[in-house]
Amino acid sequence: MATTGGKVRGTGESGRTGAARGTGAARGTGRSRGPGKSRGRARRRGTRRYTRRDLAVLGVLLGIPLLLDLVIIWGPTLASVGLSFTRWDGITDIQWAGTDNYRALFTDYPPFWPAVRHNLLWLAFLGLIATPFGLLLAVLVDRGVRFSRFYQSTLYMPVVLSLAIVGFIAQLVFSRDQGALNTALGNPDDPVDWLGDPSLNLWMILLAAGWRHVGYVMIIYLAGLKSVDPELKEAAALDGAGERQIFFRVVFPALRPVNVVVGVITVIEGLRAFDIVYAVNKGRNGLELLSVLVTDNIVGEASRIGFGSAIATVLLVVSLGFIVTYLVQELRGERNR
Amino acid sequence: MGRSRAGRYGVHVFLTAVSLGFLAPLLLAVYASLRPYEETAAHGYLSLPRHLSFDYYRQAFTESGMGRYFVNSLLIAVPGVLLALFFASFVAFAIARLRVRGQLALLVLFTAGNLLPQQVIITPLYVLFNRIPLPYWMSDSMTMYDSLWAVIAVQTGFQLGFCVFVLSGFMRTLPQEILEAAVVDGAGVWTRYWRITLPLCRPALAALGTLEFTWMYNDFLWALVFISNGEKLPITSALNNLRGQFFTDYNLLAAGSVLVALPTILVFLLLQRHFIAGLTLGASKG
Repeated sequence: MATTGGKVRGTGESGRTGAARGTGAARGTGRSRGPGKSRGRARRRGTRRYTRRDLAVLGVLLGIPLLLDLVIIWGPTLASVGLSFTRWDGITDIQWAGTDNYRALFTDYPPFWPAVRHNLLWLAFLGLIATPFGLLLAVLVDRGVRFSRFYQSTLYMPVVLSLAIVGFIAQLVFSRDQGALNTALGNPDDPVDWLGDPSLNLWMILLAAGWRHVGYVMIIYLAGLKSVDPELKEAAALDGAGERQIFFRVVFPALRPVNVVVGVITVIEGLRAFDIVYAVNKGRNGLELLSVLVTDNIVGEASRIGFGSAIATVLLVVSLGFIVTYLVQELRGERNR
Repeated sequence: MGRSRAGRYGVHVFLTAVSLGFLAPLLLAVYASLRPYEETAAHGYLSLPRHLSFDYYRQAFTESGMGRYFVNSLLIAVPGVLLALFFASFVAFAIARLRVRGQLALLVLFTAGNLLPQQVIITPLYVLFNRIPLPYWMSDSMTMYDSLWAVIAVQTGFQLGFCVFVLSGFMRTLPQEILEAAVVDGAGVWTRYWRITLPLCRPALAALGTLEFTWMYNDFLWALVFISNGEKLPITSALNNLRGQFFTDYNLLAAGSVLVALPTILVFLLLQRHFIAGLTLGASKG
């Protein structure tokens, strides 16, 4: 592994000269290969036939990642769907259960609907509050105010933190007895249990998750804003459009591809949310999420693998809806380009 | 832009306030980590300091053996990033720069894989890793389960998708002429990839590498699921143990958190341009 790594880094240096040599050769300097062979190749350029060596390289270097992707991602995904129709504790024989798991999930598993609700709330919060706020910050920073680099770095800083750490920091701020928030509020006689109260804690966690999400969204929009053609804005200004109008009628529509990406990131983050609630209280007592339920059923003491897989499958179906929409959008854009 | 002076000040005030708000929790964590727990227990986290020391850092490092966990993290993230970049760059090369059948299918397969929720693949992988035997010198559990190999494999496999997506987008923007010239010259697939395409991708690879490193370093779930021996945990997951051991002492925990966050914050501050470029390569290509 280390040697592969060395090679990857090594090419950076040697590779550049390689590329230069390659172009030089192409201009007619000639290379050590037989002239007849290269002429034959030139004639066949349209068809791009591969030599045996080429095929071997392709086979190995496409084969390994493809295998890895199938074994690590897609195989297990399909297996999960299959397992969701079984009863299994991981040790004894697997029993076919038909749709029992799903029936139990929808009717007879108290944490399920709260978890769905929390996931939806998570999505709504990120999508309707955190994402627009990130866009607003991007627009402000993009106007070229002084210190914009400082603002950009500070706002982005939380994104490099692990959500696990964000969870711990949330405890420092929100804990009941010595937490900074209660101290700042000055209510020692009647402290609010921000993280313990099941009707409050989700909101506090959403704030903490939003802390990271806002910076992430901001950076992506900043890049998008920089790629909007300034002439468009100037033309609109000449036509007498106000700043607000320019933004909503010209800039925002031009950001459509970025909006799609941000939308998907938001949805995926909303559905995948796990680390932060797990770090705070293992996703119990008001912080249930689908991802937590899957982990609990599979990794936890219960070991209800079939049942956990059914929850995972529900999560998968919802995610796939968004993934497919996104890829269709992306690929359509690709064709238009 | 910013027509009125008042408006400009307003923007500054607003951005400064938000920035401070964003920094505050981090600063609070640093502050808490420097003070004895008894003090904050008596006076709260927002009180004035009486004692300030690096004791908790020493304690976090020595008593909980964080050094070892750091090494574990590096043992996972460094090979993970390099493998993901190497394999993904070749797949991206084949998708963007060669004529191979099923390019679109490949792109979709990899990209979609990266977007799936992690929990969907946990169980089958858990079973699979438990059944893959490894020799003792590779894993003292004798299986892939409970070894760093499992985490490296999953990190690599999972992140391949994002890397393929970003790199194929980047490679498509490279001038095709250089490659065609090389073909005329008789360059094989490997030469075209290794000596012509990869060097041109250096900025993208650097950006992506930085980003992937923080992602793999920060990941929490894979190690939690695939490693049972606490000694082998990477640092982000091990922080959870620190919490179990000293669950009342939030200040020690704060010191641990700051230590864990330090590498990614440093990477970010030092390589900020790469970092942001990495994120936005995927977002606003074209």
